[in-house]
Amino acid sequence: MGSLALLLQDLIEEPKLIDWEWISENFWEDIVPAIQGHIYLSFVSLAIALAISLPTGVLAARYRKIYPPVTFVTGLLYSIPSLALFGILISIPGITIGPTPVIIALVAYSLLILIRNTVAGLDSVPAETIDAARGMGLTGRQILFKVELPLALPVIVAGIRIATVTIIGIATIGAYIAAGGLGKMIFDGINRSFPTMIITGAVLATALAIFADLSLLAFERRLRPWARRRRA
Amino acid sequence: MSAILDVLKRPDFFELLRQHVLLSVAALVIGIAIALPVALAIRNTTLGAALAVNVGNIGRAVPSLAILALCQPFLGFGFDTALVALTALAIPPILINASTGLREVDRGVIDAARGMGLSGGQILTRIQLPIAAPVIFAGIRTSAVQVVASATLATFIGGGGLGDLIVEGTQRNDTAILLAGSLSVAVLAIITEVGFGALERGMTPKGLRIAQKRAR
Repeated sequence: MGSLALLLQDLIEEPKLIDWEWISENFWEDIVPAIQGHIYLSFVSLAIALAISLPTGVLAARYRKIYPPVTFVTGLLYSIPSLALFGILISIPGITIGPTPVIIALVAYSLLILIRNTVAGLDSVPAETIDAARGMGLTGRQILFKVELPLALPVIVAGIRIATVTIIGIATIGAYIAAGGLGKMIFDGINRSFPTMIITGAVLATALAIFADLSLLAFERRLRPWARRRRA
Repeated sequence: MSAILDVLKRPDFFELLRQHVLLSVAALVIGIAIALPVALAIRNTTLGAALAVNVGNIGRAVPSLAILALCQPFLGFGFDTALVALTALAIPPILINASTGLREVDRGVIDAARGMGLSGGQILTRIQLPIAAPVIFAGIRTSAVQVVASATLATFIGGGGLGDLIVEGTQRNDTAILLAGSLSVAVLAIITEVGFGALERGMTPKGLRIAQKRAR
């Protein structure tokens, strides 16, 4: 903690590291659009990833045979380092640098986490609850939407949380292939040897990831009122 | 295809691969040397464990590029800066897993060991560590995969490694160099993932493996 305090002191006192004037001058023109661009990249990727993962997860929970191959393929995608995946994607004819390959990569990275948590969430629904729902005369579709998915939601949201933090982090690297966002400030800062830009971009990207993480954690806790009650 | 192989035959390819592996191994070893003793020291304190998990979780939320880039203004460009940044990246997963793994050892098992007359040190080395080993090793595996992946970014702060090839390929608009770099990084990451996965299974004590099979 002592070194952190020293670091903060350095940041404030050392004029070379943080140029507050630059920050206030470029706040609306550079910094705010970079934040917006970053949120846009992350949000679009998460939305597409969810649209793929939720149905796939529901199917994999039902038809167990497809689950191992699905986790194998998505696991393989997940373990490819982001800069390498960007490189592979832009080598494909028709895909040029810009937001598109970055969004494809961010979707690819989220699939494993989201599908795994959807399946785990559905698995966590007690068999008696489903039996009771069937006994009450609910159809298969009603059981899925009114019983299984709502009960699986906390685990699914836990997956969304991990996926979101991952996406926000990797999106910074996307700036290297011209996807914009906060990573652009980091790269520009490195290229111009201008620490203010590096620090602003890095700190804001971190803050965005932590903010998303904590908001989703709060949401996840809200979805599990029984867990709170048990603790009290 | 042959153009990609030509890049792999370049004399500097081996040097970049060596840098990449050296950077990753060194960061992982230093990360373990820091995270494990800390987890051991705080294993019996509730506050320490909560602190470790929270610091670890925040540490995990920091984007890897942000850590590398943040070290640059303070430490300059080069291999050493990248090593410091990658070590910082390696610590959180190991710290979280070692701390929770050691704490989640069943109280009853520890009580039984104490009843059998084992000392505190014996309980640690013969009971707690073997039972927590798979969880600790899962943390080391996460860490290793993340470090190998992030070492690709070392190129941006002059740390070398296979990322240099990806940058060269992008700048010269040379698909062969770009793919040679990207694919070799991908293969290295997958080898790390699969290799550590096998080690992780090997680290699980026999008794636990039988118990896991029964639980299924």
